[in-house]
Amino acid sequence: MTQMLRSPKLWLPLVAVAVLAVFPHFMGYYFLGVLTVAYYFAVYAMSWDLLFGYSGEVNFGPTFLVGLGAYGAALLNTNTALPLWLCVVGGTATAVVGGLLLAGPALRLRGPYFGLVTLVSVLILSKFITIFAGVTGGEIGLALPNVLSISSSGNYYWALGFMVVSGVVMTVIANSNIGLILEASGQDPTETEALGFSVTKFKLLAFILSSLFSGIAGAMTVFYLGTASPGTVVALTVTIQIIIATVLGGRRSIAGSIIGAVFLIVAGEILRPLGQLSTAVVAALALLVLLFYPDGFFGVLARVAGGRR
Amino acid sequence: MIHLLLQILVDGFAISAIYALGAAGFTIIFGVSGVLNLSHGAVMVVGAIVAWYMATHVHVGVYLGSLIGILSSVVVSYLLYWLVIRPIDRSRRIAAEEKEVFILTTTLLVGIIIQGILDYIFGSNPVTTPPIAAGVQNFMGVTITNNELLIGIIAWVVLGGLWFFINKTRTGKALLAASMSPTGLALMGYEIQRVHNLLWGLYGLLAGFAGVLLASFLGANAEIAGTLTASAFSIVVLGGLGSVPGSLVAAYIIGYLGTITAYLVSPAYTELPGLFVLVLILYVRPQGLFGRL
Repeated sequence: MTQMLRSPKLWLPLVAVAVLAVFPHFMGYYFLGVLTVAYYFAVYAMSWDLLFGYSGEVNFGPTFLVGLGAYGAALLNTNTALPLWLCVVGGTATAVVGGLLLAGPALRLRGPYFGLVTLVSVLILSKFITIFAGVTGGEIGLALPNVLSISSSGNYYWALGFMVVSGVVMTVIANSNIGLILEASGQDPTETEALGFSVTKFKLLAFILSSLFSGIAGAMTVFYLGTASPGTVVALTVTIQIIIATVLGGRRSIAGSIIGAVFLIVAGEILRPLGQLSTAVVAALALLVLLFYPDGFFGVLARVAGGRR
Repeated sequence: MIHLLLQILVDGFAISAIYALGAAGFTIIFGVSGVLNLSHGAVMVVGAIVAWYMATHVHVGVYLGSLIGILSSVVVSYLLYWLVIRPIDRSRRIAAEEKEVFILTTTLLVGIIIQGILDYIFGSNPVTTPPIAAGVQNFMGVTITNNELLIGIIAWVVLGGLWFFINKTRTGKALLAASMSPTGLALMGYEIQRVHNLLWGLYGLLAGFAGVLLASFLGANAEIAGTLTASAFSIVVLGGLGSVPGSLVAAYIIGYLGTITAYLVSPAYTELPGLFVLVLILYVRPQGLFGRL
């Protein structure tokens, strides 16, 4: 027990969460708003990492799942009188169904072919949103009658709580046998099958988990923003940001996803005066990190910490 | 009715030829070095925008401007190879099974960087280079601009040149051999680095040509880079990764499906049928029309 308490793996996250939890007491609403977005983004990144980092599937369609969750919840909220939490459940269910549809080809296809199918899923979803603009609000988006909370600290705690719970659940999954088998099937599917594990079954599970968390995150994001629009939850640019955040932070690590997402969103805010150039600068930074530190920020941190001990 | 059909046939011909050119470069790169270049659209757009800028702001004329545009795509292609692809290929810190993922992510990032820079310098309004040929032709009641006709012809001449180069010249055959077995080629005493130098130059040329012709036919801006990459990707997968004839056929399928939809249904739906066909093909025949698994 004392051994466990001494391990930085356990107390560091606890300290970090405690520090984040007191932020609302001395931070302005603007900064809290930026972090709130970053926390939801961190969950997108974690769910993407679960599929990509662990099972090695290059999924170009995280926003297909996020977008389904977001629009499922938003459409329920504008068209029915259901309470907000039921709308979130409905949105999540939509995302999981979408994930199962996507998993169909995923179990048959590999590598670039799979990547393309997921990419196409995002393109088709965003086309549908534009075509059925009468229901979905099209490019402008859908304004929602309800929001999670009207206070910035309320929203901040919702996002932080959600990120922590998702992070803990996904860490447990990743460190369990499921995570190990997924990692093994990503590296050598044939050998994993030979050892008696059904690669198909575990990949399907990874898909369901990934779409579950993406769906909840997407639904909660729109209830924070008060609007669902393709530019914030579906567009390919969002997909790219999710990929950048995960890879920057370091793959196969939940903490890495969080660091990457917060860095990306905060850097985007700081570089906002640069206008269109800001995306290019963030991408250039990410490219440099990938070329020189392939393990991302978290990999560097882990190495520094490891060297000291 | 027959009039509309002819119009579709003619319009689809030129746009599909441009698609085919772009996709040919994309598929050759994949066939020889296994790189899926997600910055493909951006490399095309560089050629398009530089050609437009040279022709309309530096006043060097359309032909010289287009040539400079194509050359700038070649330069970008080489930069991409030497600064990103080659270092990753040779890196010892990246595990072999992860290289594919790294190349996908980094080329995606390169695409975003190019797109952002172009957007910043030239703005996001679509630009169209002046037509390379003036006048129109009337054919059975259908009006075809000479420009469109010439674009289709140039695209096919370049594709013919590509076929001749790969199948009939010694250097081109080395490229073909490298796509089948790089190790075999190296054992025959051929320097593989030369193959790569050739490959990325050829790729830049093809992407540049496609970009320049696109700028003259439909116009281009930085924002369409992503769509261009996605369409090249779809065409190449539909035709079978690595197969040049496959991507030609697929380019025409996607090109005509889009043109038919644009004329008969609505321009807003142009990309949808192509995407559905693609998903369908992947379900039934994952290796594409002409691909080997």
